[in-house]
Amino acid sequence: MKGLIIQHWQVIRLTFQRLMHTPIASLLNILVIGIALSLPMGGYVLLKNLQSVAGQVAGPPQISVFLALDTSQAEIDRISKQLKEHAAVDRIEFVPRDLALKQLQQSTGLEDVVGGLARNPLPDAFIVYPVAMDVQKLELLRDDLKSWPHFEHVQLDSSWARKLESILRFGRLAVGILAAMLSFALIAITFNTIRLQILTRREEIEVSKLIGATNGFIRRPFLYYGFLQGLLGGIAAWLIIALSLALLNYSLVGLAQLYGSSFSLSHLSFGDSLTLLVFSAYLGWLGAWLSVSQHLWQIEPR
Amino acid sequence: MLKRISRWTQHSLYKKLIVKMIKFNQVYKRYPGGHEALRNLSFEIAEGEMVFLTGHSGAGKSTLLKLIAAIERPNGGSVIVKGQNTKSLKSAALPYLRRNLGLIFQDHKLLFDRNAFDNVLLPLQICGYDHRESAKRVRAALDKVGLLKREKANPIALSGGEQQRLCIARAIVNRPSILLADEPTGNLDAEYSEEIMHIFKSFHQVGVTLVVSTHDEGILRRFPARALHLKQGELQP
Ligand SMILES: Nc1ncnc2c1ncn2[C@@H]1O[C@H](COP(=O)(O)OP(=O)(O)OP(=O)(O)O)[C@@H](O)[C@H]1O
Ligand SMILES: [Mg+2]
Repeated sequence: MKGLIIQHWQVIRLTFQRLMHTPIASLLNILVIGIALSLPMGGYVLLKNLQSVAGQVAGPPQISVFLALDTSQAEIDRISKQLKEHAAVDRIEFVPRDLALKQLQQSTGLEDVVGGLARNPLPDAFIVYPVAMDVQKLELLRDDLKSWPHFEHVQLDSSWARKLESILRFGRLAVGILAAMLSFALIAITFNTIRLQILTRREEIEVSKLIGATNGFIRRPFLYYGFLQGLLGGIAAWLIIALSLALLNYSLVGLAQLYGSSFSLSHLSFGDSLTLLVFSAYLGWLGAWLSVSQHLWQIEPR
Repeated sequence: MLKRISRWTQHSLYKKLIVKMIKFNQVYKRYPGGHEALRNLSFEIAEGEMVFLTGHSGAGKSTLLKLIAAIERPNGGSVIVKGQNTKSLKSAALPYLRRNLGLIFQDHKLLFDRNAFDNVLLPLQICGYDHRESAKRVRAALDKVGLLKREKANPIALSGGEQQRLCIARAIVNRPSILLADEPTGNLDAEYSEEIMHIFKSFHQVGVTLVVSTHDEGILRRFPARALHLKQGELQP
């Protein structure tokens, strides 16, 4: 057991030494992996930001509820109370029919037409601000409200949300395809790096086998190398994204002020960053493993 | 009590007689291309024995040693090392057999990407010794072959004889129970070859089994031991 720990520690040191042995080549490899990973991950970050920015710009979603014309004030009070107590409702706003008419008069410039009306044709209305933001939950709430008495017309303004959703879905798909392809690239890069390493270490492998090295012992430094290279590539990707976001944010300051809002692009969350690093390290390990399985058995001592 | 001792004695006798020896039984070795390097070899080497292997170039000395180390497998017959048939040995078990063997190669097989010290260190790294213990052992082995002062040197900077001695240091550093030496004195002058033979003898004295191939018949006269004579792949009486 102790021997095993010592062996692993030795291998980790050895792996670093190998990485440092060819600093330029290692650095270039890590950069290539970093760039390859930063493309899908950068896309992912932009999508996440787009989602939250779109939410800010479009304002919170709302459901308009128009009451039947014959609804009494007492019933309106009761409905108001019920709506406020509804779990899916964040807050509500009551729009009395007179106010609605006045607003209509002012905003549309149809004063003459409206003024000529014998009586106010508009119903009383509630504007409901739901807790949830996503389309499905909003639609669920709308369908619920539709079944309430005195609610003549319930309208969910979800078209923007649907558009956003479909854009995001498209974006996610594109990022997914990109991620899959570049993951293969990462595996291929590691595969080739390890293949070259095995070729240059042919003698060492041969001699090691002759003096009693297990396959595991011979394999280990290559696997660690792939793992480490992948991990460092992941860190490089993270830094590339951070740098790009800093640049983008710098130029966004002016734009945001123009629109009177103060949004800035945010980086990967802690969890997402961790996922990135674990994933890149795993791909590096996988590439190395494939390469080792492919090439090591060909080297038999004579 | 008496029974226990006798069982223990039985066990150690069994180990001495059966497990820790080399046994060739009607061994044939044909290389790809049809050349028959060894023909119908049968012999046994007991634990702690020192055996010389002689014969002209091409007689099959290296091939025989490779069969013991399971680097080559016989085409016919069986090779049994430490109670294990090399032909039926699982590839996962092979490394553990080889850790009991010290191999001294005719072509040295030193690694030129590291210094003398690290070359000798390799077998200990493979077995997972800790650093301080390994360093002690490596220096002891280098001292034994007279290379302690050259531990930092790259093997490429060593003379042929020094390379040979470095190879010996690497073979003995793990204290193997069987030492297989393929022409270990081939490149050495008389003085050093004498010294190497004394090193081997000291290993023999502590119970290591030795098989040493050589084409120098003079050594046999100076170090009397059993000899196996090979001639064109066959054992001479
Ligand atoms: N890998 C191989 N493939 C084909 N033939 C081989 C191979 N290795 C050895 N031989 C042949 O087998 C025969 C015995 O070779 P081996 O190396 O065992 O001889 P040796 O007694 O060690 O000779 P030397 O004293 O020159 O080292 C030789 O004729 C050689 O040509
Ligand atoms: Mg030979």
